[in-house]
Amino acid sequence: MAQVSIKDNEVDVVIGVLHADMTSFMEEWRPVFSRFHLIIIKDPDLKDELRIPEGFNLHVYTKSDIERVVRPSSASLLLSGYSCRYFGYLVSQKKYIISIDDDCIPARDSDGNLVDVVTQHVTNLTTPATPFFFNTLYDPYRKGADFVRGYPFSLRSGVTCALSCGLWLNLADYDAPTQALKPGQRNSRYVDAVLTVPAKVMMPVSGINIGFDREMVGPALLPALRLAREGNLRWETVEDIWCGMCLKVVCDHLRLGVKSGLPYVWRKERGDAIESLQKEWEGVKLMEEVVPFFQSVRLSRAAVTAEDCVVEIAEAVKQRLGPLDPVFARAAQAMVDWVKLWKVVRTQSPPSVA
Amino acid sequence: MAETSVSPTPLLKDELDIVIPTIRNLDFLEMWRPFFQPYHLIIVQDGDPSKVIKVPEGFDYELYNRNDINRILGPKASCISFKDSACRCFGYMVSKKKYIFTIDDDCFVAKDPSGKEINALEQHIKNLLTPSTPFFFNTLYDPYREGADFVRGYPFSLREGVPTAVSHGLWLNIPDYDAPTQLVKPRERNTRFVDAVLTIPKGTLFPMCGMNLAFNRELIGPAMYFGLMGDGQPIGRYDDMWAGWCMKVICDHLELGVKTGLPYIWHSKASNPFVNLKKEYKGIYWQEELIPFFQAATLTEECTTVQKCYIELSKQVRAKLGKVDDYFIKLADAMLTWIEAWDELNQAEGDSTELPNGAKK
Repeated sequence: MAQVSIKDNEVDVVIGVLHADMTSFMEEWRPVFSRFHLIIIKDPDLKDELRIPEGFNLHVYTKSDIERVVRPSSASLLLSGYSCRYFGYLVSQKKYIISIDDDCIPARDSDGNLVDVVTQHVTNLTTPATPFFFNTLYDPYRKGADFVRGYPFSLRSGVTCALSCGLWLNLADYDAPTQALKPGQRNSRYVDAVLTVPAKVMMPVSGINIGFDREMVGPALLPALRLAREGNLRWETVEDIWCGMCLKVVCDHLRLGVKSGLPYVWRKERGDAIESLQKEWEGVKLMEEVVPFFQSVRLSRAAVTAEDCVVEIAEAVKQRLGPLDPVFARAAQAMVDWVKLWKVVRTQSPPSVA
Repeated sequence: MAETSVSPTPLLKDELDIVIPTIRNLDFLEMWRPFFQPYHLIIVQDGDPSKVIKVPEGFDYELYNRNDINRILGPKASCISFKDSACRCFGYMVSKKKYIFTIDDDCFVAKDPSGKEINALEQHIKNLLTPSTPFFFNTLYDPYREGADFVRGYPFSLREGVPTAVSHGLWLNIPDYDAPTQLVKPRERNTRFVDAVLTIPKGTLFPMCGMNLAFNRELIGPAMYFGLMGDGQPIGRYDDMWAGWCMKVICDHLELGVKTGLPYIWHSKASNPFVNLKKEYKGIYWQEELIPFFQAATLTEECTTVQKCYIELSKQVRAKLGKVDDYFIKLADAMLTWIEAWDELNQAEGDSTELPNGAKK
């Protein structure tokens, strides 16, 4: 397949910052990030001043910026912790967004080369996805691969890829019970594959390392499912899992693709899984209801944009999950509010920067 | 929670048969000797039955040529292809074992990135003995592999998985491309070792290649009919595809799992793309009808065994695909013949293919 040339000015790298000292993070990522424009969102709950090294093209948004743009107080509440990054998606003007957690550094591939997470995500997003039939040689658009015998020719043009889900070496994205039971387990397996997650198949999308086409699906990446005791460790949240499943339903409905696999990031050691067990147990329980819901939700033909889809999903959430737990009713409302906010921000002139 | 212990993989030497179709010779077995010698081989000789196929010393095997197939099946032998490796499914039928591993005679031992030789059979056994997870995609691939697990967000109620019926391996060097792709990319070689096994999700179809394949014969055997190909047939090189699509619909219905990925073998021989094109030609058009057919195929609650599922599928093939070409009517007949022959030869099994709590959609 032809080499993909990345148009640097089509990309925003959005980082939600939960740790004030960004020095080592930014230095580790300098070889990859220095080409691109960065949007840094400071967690509104973070009190300390951010420390960011020189030499990057970036904009920083803090609590005051968020509160200026996001007037309804519920949205402001939702944009703390990991969810602060959604503000970055809201204000970005670019086509592609790459978002990484601030406790990740670049990984190295099997040959020892630094993984350029941005280029790989953009490559995934700018080559077609193939959700309607599984290719056993994985992504057929990768160099050295193709569609295998038996793959229908009519399905070989694929569809636009809207979401690229990357993976993690070292600390994998396990939930608290799993990590607590296997405290020493680290992911050292570098799987050299990108594959399309088939249509109608649900998956847990981890927010740690993603890329997406903001023009196609931007409004569907939203802060909605907030746990009562949500914390600042990934295994104390499920907001990205919720958002990812909404996104998969949206993509399936709009005939867009979702890829999973490369690129990898290296996730640093952090937190105590056993301590976190208390906070995230709620999330683990909720998944039992959430997954069957998303597997069965159907959208109408009238839903032709990501916004339309989100609104319909929100209504279904309110009707079917709302009665089960107030967290769902709040999530449904947050989704509706977010879509409204997205429309408002889109029609205004670009918000001023810090 | 996924299994954490690293116990050695059982050999299963008395529970697994290796089925090999061949028309040339079996020299390739020398390279596999360290891995295959403990096992019983079923060799299905295609082509001229008067040719003597030399089997390397030291292997325990039974060999069937066309005369044997005709003798054993009588008129039902019509369902077994002639002059096509599809004849291998005769080997599945006569086997008495729980597991089958089938491999082509131009497939050799591959090496992993560290240079170590890959014991493909051992990996297939691992795949078959651990559950599959078809209901929700795990982004870290097979959660039962050492060093992996279910990721955050994966519902605990789905972590037991379902029994694995099929393990589909891959190939380094000559990739399994169709003729048009081979013609356009004659030099392309698969050099990418992807260190993953994954479950093909429920509701998702895939092209199953028969070159490096293992399955649980007790769970899914009757669905592994490789169709009517080769001599006297309008199509070739779609035997494994056909079996794979039927199999997947049935596995989805009976809640059995299908894995793909490791192990790799080294595929050494590129078949002639012009010969392939002639064989595949009709298939390339027909698959445009076949895929929607299989994607839409549903089986009723009454289909609680593989045989019942297969018979029901054959009715749908006759009714819907019969309109595409008369070949499918012949194929539907052959599917029924296959099931009759299977049941006759496997009478002793009785209800072993029925799942304990019956399958429901």
